[in-house]
Amino acid sequence: MSDLTRVTAAELATRLAAGEVSSVEVTQAHLDRIGAVDGAVHAFLHTNTDEALAAAVAVDTARAAGEDLPALAGVPIAVKDVVVTKGQVTTAGSKILEGWVPPYDATLVERLRAAGMPILGKTNMDEFAMGSSTEHSAYGPTRNPWDLGRIPGGSGGGSAAAVAAFEAPLAIGTDTGGSIRQPAAVTGTVGVKPTYGSVSRYGLIALASSLDQAGPCTRTVLDSALLHDVIGGHDPRDSTSLSERAPSYTEAARAGATGDLTGLKVGVVTELGGEGYQPGVRASFEASLELLTNAGAEIVEVSCPSFTAALAAYYLILPSEASSNLAKFDGMRFGLRVEPTEGPVTAERVMAATRGAGFGDEVKRRIILGTYALSAGYYDAYYGSAQKVRTLIQRDFDAAFAQADVLVSPTAPTTAFKFGDKVDDPMAMYLNDVATIPANLAGVPGLSLPSGLSDDGLPVGFQILAPARADERLYRVGAALESLLLAQWGAPLLSRAPELEVNA
Amino acid sequence: MSTINSDEVARLAALARIDLAPDEITRLAGELDVIVQAVATVSEVAGDDVPATSHPIPLTNVLRDDVVGRTLPVDEVLAQAPAAEEGMFLVPQILGEEQ
Amino acid sequence: MSVTDELVDYDDAIARYDAVLGIEVHVELGTATKMFDDAPASFGEVPNTSVTPVSLGLPGALPVVNGTAVEYAIRIGLALNCQIAETCRFARKNYFYPDVPKNFQTSQYDEPIAFDGHLDIELDDGEVFRVEIERAHMEEDAGKNTHVGGATGRIHGAEYSLVDYNRAGIPLVEIVTRPITGVGTRGPEIARVYVQTLRDIFRSLGVSEARMERGNVRADVNLSLRTSPDVPLGTRTETKNVNSFRSIERSVRYEVSRQAAVLDGGGSVLQETRHFHEDTGSTSSGRVKSDADDYRYFPEPDLVPLAPPREWIEEIRASLPEAPVARRRRLREEWGYADAEMRDVVNAGAVEIIETTIAAGASPAAARKWWMGELARTAKTEGVALEELPVTPEQIGQLQALVESGRINDKLARQVLEGVLAGEGSPEDVVTARGLEVVSDDGPLLAVIDETLAAQPDIADKIRSGNLGPIGAVIGAVMKATRGQADAGRVRELIMERLG
Repeated sequence: MSDLTRVTAAELATRLAAGEVSSVEVTQAHLDRIGAVDGAVHAFLHTNTDEALAAAVAVDTARAAGEDLPALAGVPIAVKDVVVTKGQVTTAGSKILEGWVPPYDATLVERLRAAGMPILGKTNMDEFAMGSSTEHSAYGPTRNPWDLGRIPGGSGGGSAAAVAAFEAPLAIGTDTGGSIRQPAAVTGTVGVKPTYGSVSRYGLIALASSLDQAGPCTRTVLDSALLHDVIGGHDPRDSTSLSERAPSYTEAARAGATGDLTGLKVGVVTELGGEGYQPGVRASFEASLELLTNAGAEIVEVSCPSFTAALAAYYLILPSEASSNLAKFDGMRFGLRVEPTEGPVTAERVMAATRGAGFGDEVKRRIILGTYALSAGYYDAYYGSAQKVRTLIQRDFDAAFAQADVLVSPTAPTTAFKFGDKVDDPMAMYLNDVATIPANLAGVPGLSLPSGLSDDGLPVGFQILAPARADERLYRVGAALESLLLAQWGAPLLSRAPELEVNA
Repeated sequence: MSTINSDEVARLAALARIDLAPDEITRLAGELDVIVQAVATVSEVAGDDVPATSHPIPLTNVLRDDVVGRTLPVDEVLAQAPAAEEGMFLVPQILGEEQ
Repeated sequence: MSVTDELVDYDDAIARYDAVLGIEVHVELGTATKMFDDAPASFGEVPNTSVTPVSLGLPGALPVVNGTAVEYAIRIGLALNCQIAETCRFARKNYFYPDVPKNFQTSQYDEPIAFDGHLDIELDDGEVFRVEIERAHMEEDAGKNTHVGGATGRIHGAEYSLVDYNRAGIPLVEIVTRPITGVGTRGPEIARVYVQTLRDIFRSLGVSEARMERGNVRADVNLSLRTSPDVPLGTRTETKNVNSFRSIERSVRYEVSRQAAVLDGGGSVLQETRHFHEDTGSTSSGRVKSDADDYRYFPEPDLVPLAPPREWIEEIRASLPEAPVARRRRLREEWGYADAEMRDVVNAGAVEIIETTIAAGASPAAARKWWMGELARTAKTEGVALEELPVTPEQIGQLQALVESGRINDKLARQVLEGVLAGEGSPEDVVTARGLEVVSDDGPLLAVIDETLAAQPDIADKIRSGNLGPIGAVIGAVMKATRGQADAGRVRELIMERLG
């Protein structure tokens, strides 16, 4: 029997349902793998061995009793540390929340538990999801399983690396400007940012409320669809949650896997390519376009002129909302409290000392930037203008989707860069998100799947975007391209990643 | 467009309640100036006739029924507090005033 | 707190300066749950028990608007003759303070739910004065700080503070007037009557218990002086949280006197918040407007816009009760009260309770007599509001019916009321249990009268001879012997029959 950590979640679900393996075996296999490789990868901030095994036992017991169980019952999962888990430490990668144990579960965590999915642990991330490399985690970076000297992307580098390193079959990420898709791209995995409102934000430690969206991090498109079906759906505790019933994404992925795309119109966005994109990335992207054409799709070029302003709008809206969302971290009710080293100990000064000591550089940078953008006298020029750009970007999407069923682009302009390359150059770091940000500004869904390796031997991500509330198109088209690529490769791309040294 | 100097960073840090060391202020002023120059272009993109979009998906009138739900147990609430006394959160002396 | 302000006599000040008021009133809505989460919006609970992750501002928690609070806000807006917004939003007001759990207050900024209204108030002499309303908007209350250590229990000097978040998130509607001009010498009265009228409106709308002493209604009074109504407005001060009607009146008088002295002395009024002190009737300097007032408002991204359907608004409008001023006039006429009597009833907040008592069968005069007399005294002694007394208007109606049927007299009625207040049941129950019914069977009564007369033959003779002077003493003795249960009129009749 093959290694339980190497098979897909869908396959695990089938074997669990058939009684070929127990959830305890599957969960233990992943905990062992974490023990063996996470010292090098550092995908996890905390593991929940006992809780995970207890949940696994509960599922096995229920199954033995003949209970009707949800599709993914018994399949373990890793959760990004920005999602609150009752009774389990949640830090969002920040020192200011070190040791914080939330008294409640995020809605999506409730749904995972209800689906019988053992939670292996919490994954590493850039502090408060601010970053594209996990170098901004207060607890040290996560390493890319393809090359431990390189970044795994960010902010959800931990979730992507956990899946890529076979430490978890599934993981939860959150995507504010690309934090699911860009890590997926640079680790050779699949990541989906659903339509804004598709997955409840209740219990996600907010970065930018109007941009944040949680979604799946997996190794296959079908696994993402399975997970999206579990965590999606209306939540009355999130005012921005979509109320209409979504179709089955799993069915869409299974239908797409036949590889037939006859009649599909695929729009290539002019502004999300060309200059600034690594040649190896472009080559991989072009090759995938050819596969889509061969499968019956029609490729059209579409222009979204306002996308060139997306990065600027994003870096005003995000810091503005974040400066307010992160105000609650003040050392009064929970988390770190630091007293000033000299002078009177007043609430005001303790708040400032706590925030000064508890936040990292990138968080401070963005809070100050957001405070500036919202400050009296600047609001109209900055935040107000950025919200107008958002309108223009939505209009561009509307026009583009009138011409094409889905839009495509490389997910990120480059493959994984080396640690330290961009950490001192915020603008260069921000440019990583140039292709992923428009979807967040407009609320439309996006998926990244691996399209191959660049000439540097590192994975490249292929991004598919669909209109709002049409997430099923991502799964259909994504699964089709995935099966075409797999047929070409003969084995999943991840099988070409170097084997990690195992710590016995 | 205005530029961000050290005085401005100090003012913003006070407003955002973040203690910054002098060298941090200097460094942030330099970095933020570059960022602000880059993002300031937004004000030139959209004309006055373009409405602002605050929410990516337009929804209205999301209201809740006025029905009491579950509250948190007070001991769980206070267990995570940096300091507590008599069932309340203990905070250092407050000098400023309520607004 | 020592008062060092220079003051000018009020009459002198107001003769030379034109006072302009602006009043912000916050009312806590009487919804079952908070503005943005389903924690109970109750009063007097154990600290930090009426909280959810939302009202504590825990990481990850999200707000959802209370539909009933929106309905109440619309009711208030309509009662104040406001326009109701076609669409409006919530915004975040960002500032750091320990009792504000998110370090921003979710409020409404440039898009209030109601705007451009007015309220006609009736002054003490019956004159009607119109107050223009700029806006009424929804927001959430803050938690409560208890300052510990130091001598005074005030903020200054406290060693630390304890925070209770039960109140955090309770729905508030803030009503802001336009500058109130043309007040002449009557600024203090206008300020008081305006807030009183709002209080009555909140109660009649059923949107709040509107109890000043509990802080359900809080007023901030802005005041500025200028040399004449023809010149621009002067610099204003804002006196915060003036929490009784009397204090509102006094604080306005004080600020007029203080600001006049400042201006007389060639100084300029500082734009600041001020605090009113009940003990001295003075205000003291608070916070000066500063950079910290940069609240960085922006639309609340966690909430979606409100667009109250027009049909809903019309439905609410149709269900609105009569405006207090009109209603008060109608009731005064129906009840036949004198102006002063009605004013006392209004000031005591007893209009509804008397109305219900009358509906329960009592005459208007009797209802007023009970509630403004015996019960008002009891409430005052106990330090509670009238409606908090353990007696219902229906019971007062029953009590009065017992008196009018002759089954008990006024003196017994007071004993019955005592029993009701002591929790002994309905007036009927108390009468039965305590055996308080008026003795109406003449047999036993005649026996007592005969006994009394026999004990005092000389008095009996005097009466018999036509000298009615001592009859009172006999009646008194009979009443005493029957422990007050006899009808004094009937006793007199029987004595006359016996001796006549």
